[in-house]
Amino acid sequence: MSTAIVVQVALGGLLMGLVYALVAAGLSLIFGLMDVVNFAHGELLMLAMYATFVIHENSGLDPLLQLPLVAALLFGIGVAIYRGLIARALGVRFNTGMVQIFVTFGLSIFLVGAAQLAFGADFRSISNGLLANRTVAMGAIVLPLSQVAAGLVCLIAFAALALISRTEFGRALEATREDRDAVALIGIDRDRVFSIGWGIGAATVGIAGVMLASFYYISPTVGGNFALIAYVTVALGGFGSLLGALVAGILVGLVEAMTALFIDPSLKQIGIFAIYVLVLMIRPRGLFGRL
Amino acid sequence: MTVRPNAITMRRRRELIGGAVLLVLLALLPLPIANAYLRGLIVLTLLYAGLSQGWNILGGYCGQISLGHALYFGIGAYASAILFTRYGIPPPLGMFASAALGALAALLVGWPCFRLSGHYYAIATLVMGMMVLLLAQNWGFVNAAMGITIPFRKQSWVDLEFRIAVLPFHYLMLAYAAIAWAIAWVVEGSRWGFSWRAVKDDVAAAESLAVRVFPSKMAAAAISGAITAVGGALYAQYVGFIDPDSGLGLSLSVLIALPAVVGGVGTLWGPIVGAAVLIPVQQLSVAWLGGSGNGVDLMFYGALIMALALARPQGLVSLFGARSRAGGEVADRA
Repeated sequence: MSTAIVVQVALGGLLMGLVYALVAAGLSLIFGLMDVVNFAHGELLMLAMYATFVIHENSGLDPLLQLPLVAALLFGIGVAIYRGLIARALGVRFNTGMVQIFVTFGLSIFLVGAAQLAFGADFRSISNGLLANRTVAMGAIVLPLSQVAAGLVCLIAFAALALISRTEFGRALEATREDRDAVALIGIDRDRVFSIGWGIGAATVGIAGVMLASFYYISPTVGGNFALIAYVTVALGGFGSLLGALVAGILVGLVEAMTALFIDPSLKQIGIFAIYVLVLMIRPRGLFGRL
Repeated sequence: MTVRPNAITMRRRRELIGGAVLLVLLALLPLPIANAYLRGLIVLTLLYAGLSQGWNILGGYCGQISLGHALYFGIGAYASAILFTRYGIPPPLGMFASAALGALAALLVGWPCFRLSGHYYAIATLVMGMMVLLLAQNWGFVNAAMGITIPFRKQSWVDLEFRIAVLPFHYLMLAYAAIAWAIAWVVEGSRWGFSWRAVKDDVAAAESLAVRVFPSKMAAAAISGAITAVGGALYAQYVGFIDPDSGLGLSLSVLIALPAVVGGVGTLWGPIVGAAVLIPVQQLSVAWLGGSGNGVDLMFYGALIMALALARPQGLVSLFGARSRAGGEVADRA
């Protein structure tokens, strides 16, 4: 096996890892903010991919140009989910933790069914975007342009998330995370912070979804696999840690690619799971997690 | 809790009588029913009542919400099916191997995962379940993604094979659900039961009262895993087939947990009430709404889970208010 192949596969894994990292960042943000695990996270990704597909089919607008549109759409969906379901789930007097888990599980099943009703179970793909079928070549190493672009956009989105955390709202977010009851005393509307947090978390997945849609297949159940990877990534990096999500996402992408190359493509996730179990044993709070 | 000891004894005696009456009624239930589909529906409901009772011991009483119980179900199903089809060991014996392996697997999963709390634990169990699913899909010994078919040879109680006749399976599953219920009844009143509820309510407080947290979680996991694995073995005999998706999938893990969640977590009657409501509704919605694979059944099922979880977070058993108050321990938090 030549070095060029190994480097090429590693770079591909790195780029995919950036997408995983962004999906995980949305999950981690919501969890860190209000101790809620969104088990419908993968379905938000699926919705973003279908939205990209439908807009592209109907208007011809290139996926790349749809970024702000789909991100805004997902922001709205995130806020709606918080207002319609999560706020209620947080308000129940019994079994709050359990209700939250099963409400988001119910939502995920509902959304898969809705996608199946609207689009059928067939696999879709966008084959004629601006980025499609082009490659970036560096000597012997050739990478698809769509994946390179996806990695770059996800990195930019990470930078944007880091910037948001420095704004006034970012500080309100941090304060609400520290003590959700005390913030009311200093004039922070907790409910508003939570719903915007959900909006940002969903918009983040939306961006990942748009970029994925230009090179990955689209189906009602496509989210499940990405959600699973996102849970592992978040647990690896540490719940609530943005940097942790980035580092763990890249690590997961690399391990997946290397497992596929050196062991067996059908076992590529075993490498990820093995790392997860290892971290679980040695450092249960994850690489950058706070206890 | 200011309930006098004899009030608890009285309540437990009433529960036992209630259980016996229910057992008799359920034994008579299929006799006037001629419709095979309806009988099959009841068989599945009884199976899930038992499975969810097993989940409830770890997830309900002990408060460790597992999203990976399909792992124990699958191990139980595969163990009994492989012992039967390859080594000729009849399922009634194979089930003991299933129970032992299910308990062992639960201990192996619990060992690293019980150091995690809340959502961290739930996600760890989910990942463990998916890991075993992936391994089973690629492991030649268990026929990988092809699964294992249990060929029908002859009608026999030794082999637990019955063609067409659903009635024997009705009594098998009823016995299973009844034994799971009886185990829950016994442990609920045992020292373990009190330890589990203490661990669930407040780990730090439990530790300060000399409750050995980790061993009690492991005990709950072992009992829970064993009950779930036996359910898996029965399912494999009933359907005559087991493959990774039907025996180890995430949706199965959720379906095992849901009856207890819907009926009332950490309650004796919750899994039975939950299964009686949820399983028929879920099966019928697949049959009526989802025939063409259009997804409406999934939408209905998902909406039902959301609605029940939000509307009755303490479970359907709370509708029988008087009984719950007599219990004096229903207002528990996750």
